[in-house]
Amino acid sequence: MDPLLVKALIIIAIFGITLLIATYSTWAERKVAAFIQDRNGPNRAGWGGLLQPIADAGKMFFKEDFIPASANKWLFIFGPSLAMLTALMASAVIPFGDTILVGGQEIQVQAIEVNIGILYVFGVVSLGVYGIMIGGWASNNKFSLLGAVRAASQNISYELAMGLSIIAILLMSGSLSIRAIVEGQHGGNWNILYQPLGFIIFLTCAFAECNRTPFDLPECETELIGGYHTEYSSMKLGFYLFAEYINMFASSAVTACLFLGGFNYPFMDDVRNGLISSLGDVTGHNVATAIGTLVFFAKILFGIFFFMWVRWTLPRFRYDQLMSLGWKALIPLAILNVVLTAAGVLLEMRWLPWLAVIVIVAVAIVQAAMAPKKQLRTQRV
Amino acid sequence: MKLTNRAKPIDNSPMTVAERLYIPAIANGMGITLKHFFKKKATINYPEVQRPFSPVFRGLHVLKRDEQGRERCTACGLCAVACPAEAITMTAAERKKGEEHLYREEKYAAEYEINMLRCIFCGLCEEACPKAAIFLQPDKIAPAFYERDEVIFGKDRLVEKMDDRATTGIEKYTGVKS
Repeated sequence: MDPLLVKALIIIAIFGITLLIATYSTWAERKVAAFIQDRNGPNRAGWGGLLQPIADAGKMFFKEDFIPASANKWLFIFGPSLAMLTALMASAVIPFGDTILVGGQEIQVQAIEVNIGILYVFGVVSLGVYGIMIGGWASNNKFSLLGAVRAASQNISYELAMGLSIIAILLMSGSLSIRAIVEGQHGGNWNILYQPLGFIIFLTCAFAECNRTPFDLPECETELIGGYHTEYSSMKLGFYLFAEYINMFASSAVTACLFLGGFNYPFMDDVRNGLISSLGDVTGHNVATAIGTLVFFAKILFGIFFFMWVRWTLPRFRYDQLMSLGWKALIPLAILNVVLTAAGVLLEMRWLPWLAVIVIVAVAIVQAAMAPKKQLRTQRV
Repeated sequence: MKLTNRAKPIDNSPMTVAERLYIPAIANGMGITLKHFFKKKATINYPEVQRPFSPVFRGLHVLKRDEQGRERCTACGLCAVACPAEAITMTAAERKKGEEHLYREEKYAAEYEINMLRCIFCGLCEEACPKAAIFLQPDKIAPAFYERDEVIFGKDRLVEKMDDRATTGIEKYTGVKS
């Protein structure tokens, strides 16, 4: 088979899987929300409500597609399109698996391998906020504009801390290519074991970048009606909501690649050797790759579940809390983490970033022990 | 004024480092939500599974017939008097010769109407009735209306059908089957 054809198939498959997972994320979100609230969730359309996303999309398409008279028509249409486009572009550089052997050639399970993969992801994700900005501005509505401004300032603020937490990873891996970063975490040697602080910072920033609760201030219903998508209806609104789920998928994938070892799993070499000795070189290698890909998808799905789990647990931050968390807590911690990681690389002590966590936990415990007891329980007479 | 004993005094003391980290509190909260994730769900899948009615449920009215199929109502008007919502109206008529198989008493209700929008389903008509004629069925709900002229139920909809005898719920008081 022609390697180009295989590549095209991989690209189409990744595109399709991205859309499929995003589609079923909407179903999963409703199910997770329901389960956490002791309800059943959608269970009428199809088995377990599995046809619900299709029903939702059908509903979205048949709604009135309304464009306000005072809106800037073209930008109003361009906003959701851009949000969708950038969301779909992000998963292009993610390595979904090792290599497959086809006709004597090794082909990477990845749409495109670029040596600046993580920069590409960053650039595309930053573009995503333009979709929200343009849509919110073009609506010609104060609430939409406020939502858009919030989205922009929030994303800019949290991109800083996110970038700094990634720099720590780059210091350890020495490469900007996501595949190289993943391959550096061979076996169970995942980055989260060396970068606990970086992981927490990255995760928090990923929530903020995706505009997910507790950082979903751009669409804060209590203050801004619907935020940037107040004026949107029909599938244009659907695109905005859908882009959020695609972003969730992409950021779960990036988190899994950077911190959770991507397609690596413990004892993967033993599994691969066993498969090669029993199934032969080519098939064994391909099956081993498939297992790695499945492991990677398991990590992504857990990431998406984690996004939902947090959403249905935590209330929304206040805007000043959001800003002070970003600028006064996460960025200094991220800088500290970079310094510690650099020192660890220099002194060849890879565990050094744990020092920050240990110190923080120790301070917290000591101070909690010394602080006067708080009346946490309600007093009942 | 103290209304409840559940008021919580406001604690304005500065947060400790552990509290400002948020993470212990977040982990605690996520543990709680995860516990609920696996809990038994409170929902009942309604059309397939139906919650049993309470044995004293008061639903749609029925005008009972006796064992020989004669209407029991004698149009005494006690139900209308007892009705706090003034939902019941009736016109009495005298039983003619040859109608003994239709009406149990010598006087009967030629018209009997209940305004279902006024009725509050209190069951006082059932208690007032000396002839055990009107009952609020324990297993039937008054239907929803689509038009305003559907809300006044006449004898055509109230009188029990002989091939579909209504449950009165009287068993629960007397142990006698109606």
